[in-house]
Amino acid sequence: MKSRIIPIFKKEFIHISRDFRTLMIVIAMPAAMLFLYGYAINMEIQNIDLIVLDRDKSPESAALTRKFEGSKFFTVSQYNGPESQLETFFNDRRARAILIVSSDFSKNLQRQPRSDVQVLIDASDPNAAQAIRNYTNAVFQSFNADLGSRGVFEIETAIWYNPALKSAYFFVPGLAALILMMISALLTSIAIVREKETGTMEQILVSPIRPIEIIIGKVIPYILLAFIDLLIILVIAHWVFDVPFVGNIGFLLAASLVFIFTALSLGLTISTRAETQQVAMMAALLVTLLPTIMLSGFIFPLESLPKILQLLTYAVPARYYLVAIRGIMLKGNTLMQLLPQISVLAAMSIFLIIVSAKKFKTTLES
Amino acid sequence: MKSTNGYAVQTEKLEKRFGNFHAVKNLDLKVEAGEIFGFLGANGAGKTTAIRMLCGLLLPSAGKGTVAGFDIWRENEKIKRRIGYMSQKFSLYNDLTLAENIEFYGGVYGLTREQLHAKRRQLLEELGLSDQADRLTRDMPLGFKQRLALGCALLHDPQIIFLDEPTGGVDPEARRNFWDLIYRLADTGKTVFVTTHYMDEAEYCNRVSIMYQGEIIALDTPQALKREYKQASMQDVFIHLVDR
Repeated sequence: MKSRIIPIFKKEFIHISRDFRTLMIVIAMPAAMLFLYGYAINMEIQNIDLIVLDRDKSPESAALTRKFEGSKFFTVSQYNGPESQLETFFNDRRARAILIVSSDFSKNLQRQPRSDVQVLIDASDPNAAQAIRNYTNAVFQSFNADLGSRGVFEIETAIWYNPALKSAYFFVPGLAALILMMISALLTSIAIVREKETGTMEQILVSPIRPIEIIIGKVIPYILLAFIDLLIILVIAHWVFDVPFVGNIGFLLAASLVFIFTALSLGLTISTRAETQQVAMMAALLVTLLPTIMLSGFIFPLESLPKILQLLTYAVPARYYLVAIRGIMLKGNTLMQLLPQISVLAAMSIFLIIVSAKKFKTTLES
Repeated sequence: MKSTNGYAVQTEKLEKRFGNFHAVKNLDLKVEAGEIFGFLGANGAGKTTAIRMLCGLLLPSAGKGTVAGFDIWRENEKIKRRIGYMSQKFSLYNDLTLAENIEFYGGVYGLTREQLHAKRRQLLEELGLSDQADRLTRDMPLGFKQRLALGCALLHDPQIIFLDEPTGGVDPEARRNFWDLIYRLADTGKTVFVTTHYMDEAEYCNRVSIMYQGEIIALDTPQALKREYKQASMQDVFIHLVDR
């Protein structure tokens, strides 16, 4: 018997190739997102407006101010008015941070080898506030070092795997997860539901073809598309954003294939429940896009989530894939080190495929 | 072997329930090979549900049935090889060319390359579309699409053809052309099982059954039904029966 998967597969390819807009989105999306994240969304803040209220006016306080002026992170201006005015600077957005040096600053420094200054930070944007705090601390450390004063102990932090803390390292794996998820889950679920809507699915099902042949024939083109996207991401990541590639590329592709299967089976599960393309799209966005961004550790560390959401993340496939792709790309992890993650993804795929294969028959029967 | 009972379609007390809703009750049918059998009824009378059970798209809730001599509970695969099915939606892919649609459906039925080429040429010739094989289906008039869809449903040369409201939304002339096609099929010995709610089409059938709220309330030749209920047309027979 001639395989009946091939005609399904060929037809699906024709659909994709004739739908120019979708094709462009599929090809252009990974590149566009990479450049957007890489250039537009910069985690570094520069030119932070800092107002210095110097009550001391000593050589020491002037040196501290110069330290801030020398930093590329701050744009410094002086202020000498009353402290009650300070809040208006935040309200008028003339300052994001205010440094207050009290009049006994240099006196204390000479007496005790320590003296306090106060920094006010506008935390209406908490992430920026956190960054500003880190930058001010760095400036103070450098100031202390110049004075030759040393704390009781010193922290020397060695940052591994991403020594320059480049943001590309963090968003490339996340984007890979996001794009593979969207292509595999969203497009396949729409492709299947579309045939239910137009009635062609029924026409195929009255033929002797088996549901599994329909499914395989329909998903292969999307696996290929997902793989092309993955390669685009990796090529741009490596050659444009200098993301290193420590691990084995073959292993990364294999691990990605497992993740693609999980996403596909999620898409199939959606398609067996949704009756219209709109419903399929909404459902796919809800179960793929949001969890992949919010609950996978892509942007927010899992540890910082509330307990209940942390539990939820165990059901998010991207959570496991992110560990795998970060581990392989940045640390050179091997299969044995990632066995738990890959097993979970494989188990998820098998479970979802069984559920959707059962449902695939019965929904078409209603 | 097959067709031990000699009927193309036979059912006994066939039933389908969806929850509390009884879509089809007590369906008893015997359709002879080579017959044009009309299945009439208002929308929602259960025609489509019945036809879907016979085509293997839906499992019955109870009862017995055979299609082409094969059991509808257990021998779905064998039935599917021997039936053709076309629904109101015509089920062609608008973004595929005519030739691609034919090749796709031929491929799904496992036709060989040679069979496919022969069928494609024959079908396009019959439709007078030989020079337009590479046009997109969406650009074709509805009447052509409908006949092409029927052609696609017949690529594997089925013995029994199920047509679910095949003429919905088509203009009167295209409908007449389509019925000419149905007659030609019946002449070649194929059984045609057709649902419709156009009562004038009922006159073209060898026998008709009228379905009402999931049950068959009348079954005979159009002539006999008109005689029995003393009505001039099938339209009047239908109204007479439903208003009772």
